[in-house]
Amino acid sequence: MPTVSVARELLHTMLGRVYTQEEFDELCFVIGIELDDVTTEKAIIRKEKHLQENEADEDEEVIYKIEVPANRYDLLCPEGICRQLRIFLRVEKMPTYRLSRLPDSSILKMIVKPETAVIRPFVVCAILRGITFDQARYASFIDLQDRLHQNICRKRTLVAIGTHDLDTLQGPFTYEALPPSEIKFIPLKQAQEFTAKELMEFYKSDLKLKKFLHIIEDSPVFPVIYDSNRTVLSLPPIINGAHSAISLNTKNVLIECTATDLTKAKIVLNTMVAMFSGYCDEKFEVEPVDVVDPVGRVTRYPDLSLRTMDVDLSYIKKSVGVPLQAGEIVDLLSKMQLTSKEIDGDKIQVSIPPTRSDILHPCDVMEDVAVAYGFNNIPKTRPKTSTEGRQQPLNEFSDLLRLELAMAGFSEVLNWVLVSKKENFTLLNRKDDDKIAAIVSNPRSSDFEVLRTSLLPGILKVMEHSKDVPRPVKVFEISDVVLLDPSKDVGAANSRHLAALYCSTTSGFEIIHGLLDRIMNVLNVPVDGYTVGPSNEPELFKGRQAKIFYKGSCVGSFGIIHPQVLKNFDIPDPCSYIEMEIERFL
Amino acid sequence: MRDADGAERALLAFLESNAEISNSEAFARDLGVDHELLAGTIKSLHGFGFIEAKDVRRESWELTEEGLVYSRNGSPEVQVFDAVPAGGISREDLQRKLDDSVFSIGFRKAMSNKWLETKPLVSRKVLKVEDVVKQQLLDIKDGKNLSAADIDALKKRKLIVPKVWKAYSITKGANYAPTRTKAATEVTREMLLKETWSEVAFKPYNFQALGQPTEGGHLHPLLKVRTKFRQIFLEMGFEEMPTNNFVESSFWNFDALFQPQQHPARDSHDTFFLKSPCKTQTFPEDYLERVKTIHEQGGFGSIGYMYDWKREEAEKNVLRTHTTAVSSRMLYKLAQDGFVPKRYFSIDRVFRNEAVDRTHLAEFHQIEGLICDKGLTLGDLIGVLNDFFSRLGMKKLRFKPAYNPYTEPSMEIFRQVYPLYGSSALLTLISCCNSYHEQLNKWVEVGNSGMFRPEMLLPMGLPDDVSVIAWGLSLERPTMILYGIDNIRDLFGHKVDLKLIKSNPICRLGM
Repeated sequence: MPTVSVARELLHTMLGRVYTQEEFDELCFVIGIELDDVTTEKAIIRKEKHLQENEADEDEEVIYKIEVPANRYDLLCPEGICRQLRIFLRVEKMPTYRLSRLPDSSILKMIVKPETAVIRPFVVCAILRGITFDQARYASFIDLQDRLHQNICRKRTLVAIGTHDLDTLQGPFTYEALPPSEIKFIPLKQAQEFTAKELMEFYKSDLKLKKFLHIIEDSPVFPVIYDSNRTVLSLPPIINGAHSAISLNTKNVLIECTATDLTKAKIVLNTMVAMFSGYCDEKFEVEPVDVVDPVGRVTRYPDLSLRTMDVDLSYIKKSVGVPLQAGEIVDLLSKMQLTSKEIDGDKIQVSIPPTRSDILHPCDVMEDVAVAYGFNNIPKTRPKTSTEGRQQPLNEFSDLLRLELAMAGFSEVLNWVLVSKKENFTLLNRKDDDKIAAIVSNPRSSDFEVLRTSLLPGILKVMEHSKDVPRPVKVFEISDVVLLDPSKDVGAANSRHLAALYCSTTSGFEIIHGLLDRIMNVLNVPVDGYTVGPSNEPELFKGRQAKIFYKGSCVGSFGIIHPQVLKNFDIPDPCSYIEMEIERFL
Repeated sequence: MRDADGAERALLAFLESNAEISNSEAFARDLGVDHELLAGTIKSLHGFGFIEAKDVRRESWELTEEGLVYSRNGSPEVQVFDAVPAGGISREDLQRKLDDSVFSIGFRKAMSNKWLETKPLVSRKVLKVEDVVKQQLLDIKDGKNLSAADIDALKKRKLIVPKVWKAYSITKGANYAPTRTKAATEVTREMLLKETWSEVAFKPYNFQALGQPTEGGHLHPLLKVRTKFRQIFLEMGFEEMPTNNFVESSFWNFDALFQPQQHPARDSHDTFFLKSPCKTQTFPEDYLERVKTIHEQGGFGSIGYMYDWKREEAEKNVLRTHTTAVSSRMLYKLAQDGFVPKRYFSIDRVFRNEAVDRTHLAEFHQIEGLICDKGLTLGDLIGVLNDFFSRLGMKKLRFKPAYNPYTEPSMEIFRQVYPLYGSSALLTLISCCNSYHEQLNKWVEVGNSGMFRPEMLLPMGLPDDVSVIAWGLSLERPTMILYGIDNIRDLFGHKVDLKLIKSNPICRLGM
């Protein structure tokens, strides 16, 4: 979940009263955000610089770090959080976001060139006219872009935001895709001109920007936005030009969002303008931009129109489990930024503002009713669903065998399914023939490369870590291994195995043999119902190992662990081991 | 020199004709045995009531190493004084004549005693000095008493240390006999056969020591807790889902749950993808088509996510990130077989490609419960969660709105942590795992819950008035709290301490 820093003072001013931390915590809980941490700006800086805590001043401004739900992009800045809280507390009415009325001819244009289709096909724009920044607003404006980039924009892969001082530019604008060597400009925070090709090289050492290079790096053309004087606005999704950089004094801001996902670009643009149009001379008014696509179709952005959704009142009441009246539901929804009205046929019509892109289905409206009503005010009921309890036979069977093994004197271990290739093969004197093991493609470390094909590596690792445990050691595990299986839709299947190991100063082969007899005994397999025959498993000692046959097929093997394998796992004492499949005894 | 038996015989014999041994140390000296050895015999005889031994305790003083040296060579101040010739000597020359430590301690001391003066040659100020310190040290060595002030002065100079002197005064005990026969510790078959058991003296049993450890095996603590959770579900009428399929397609793990393809959970940072078998190609095609449509364009009252849904993404195999992947298969199957109300549960492994630390592993166990029926409400979810958690001893719950791509509404489940008078370990220890909730009396998250979205259920073909309420939590966390384990690797995996497996209590969650 994303976290947003909000100054406590600002919160209290915006909410119209002072909240104790407990009171604020409670308010957050009810609405589904979370007061994650209480800190100060200087404490954050000290932490970044690894300085001591004791240098704190008494009068430092207190900052609340607030966690917000991942689908509420409108809560990614202090403006949005305060607005939602104010509306929830009925301090403020839902604002109406609107486009400024301009003749078509005065609307600025963004012309999209067809070449952009191969790399980053979409762009949407809007203008905030007559905005007044101050230090806090400006910082918030920059932070919101960062948070959107991190979250919905998926680290700029889906959408990248550029903001510009419109007064330094001359429309109309063009969105193009050109070979990197042909793009030349002074990027933000630099003094000299670079070609886009040079920039890619230059930013390889830039900690913040290098992680975005891959998005366009391998493309023959890079996306770029120009004004009518061929001034570069930005090289999305990497960097803006220095020429149009915004500052505290900027009055008119052009926002452009380039994207590979148009739906998300629209959400991002709407979020930016909805949050900051409140600081414009004409509050909540946004100047549109016409985007002209390669075939000449004109679309006007941003789209601030209200979406409507008809929702059955009975659906809401039945799902929440509270007999609410239509009026109550309308009232509750207004606390959640949703205006609604009762319409014919036991329905309400809900108007969804551009900030609530999370509302996809009437169930989202139903949830907002429940949140505004208060989850903890809903009376508890018992589902009438009449069913009977039932175990999976394999699990019930495994549990019975686990008890038998424990009663036979063995202690249970529980190991990871993920092991390294080395542990699963090389250290067991085995070779990976690519035919049995499922392999992970992106393990974080070599410890998690492959899904175990036997329980042996885990049990041997236990022994490696149990050198100090008094001998004899007797351990067992009944768990799943994973084997490639072309007959399954996913190409692999679990198989439940039973394994047990005896370790002492002598190998104790007959103890493991005795355990096999005991297992067969509790499985109700008579002595002549199973046989053991010679085997040649590489992880077991030659001449002291055998395969177990049941109803004509091999179900496992047992023997003394090969001394080389013991050495590979750094186990000083001899061990005997049995492993068998158990599903066919079910 | 006598051995312990000889000492015992001599001691008992002495008491036969004498009323008391007033000081066991002196007695040991006379006997020619080590007092430590005799003390063992005394304790044993006392234990059996042959003698009555009383502690005689005295504090005496013992020379330190330094004190011992001075008692031989004289105190450093006198050594310094003696080294100063009648005509005086330069400080440097004096220093050269003596040990460094003797000079530095002795010179300072002799000056403060006003035995010497520097003008600037070091010369004697008095004619003769007496080595009082040496004499005092010798006195202490001989066990003589000194004045409290003298003791204090020596103690301050770290020349003497206190020594507790302990001995016994001994009289006859209730069971006194001039000799004793060895006491028996076991009742033997022979005693029973010969019926000598009534004549044999038995050694008293030492109830302070631990008994002999039992033989036999042990169950893993995590699975003991799993057993408890399984019982709770079974008692509440839940049917177990088959979860023995760790490899799953992205389709069943994500897409079927209406989790969009660009969702961060589908990143390689969070999910293990498979190189082999890398993809799934068999799907119920008509259902897959409905899932694609609901993602791209919506339907069933939803506007969908409005993006290009790619089959290749759905085909990618993963290690399932949640057991809800199994729930989606089960609910789909239920829709195909014809809907009947169900309560399902599972407890099994899930996998996350996360960095491993004290609280996170790449694999852990997820506990999941769900109810699928017509007309289920949020009130029902709250009710069933209260029923479930109260069986774990958590009586009071609170619910917080949350976000989850496949449930709406989504509720985080919180319970209050009380101070230590709570009845189960879970009540008292649950705060340990959450740094922000260090204080007690806090609300702590214990699980997640919600109603499955219609965009998940309706494409499966379930009737449109069917709802599914579901919840989940991890098995590891309550187990760690229950058994006071603060590092998950001590519990699950090969670094487990076998001692932990052998010595943990039965799982009495909620009892």
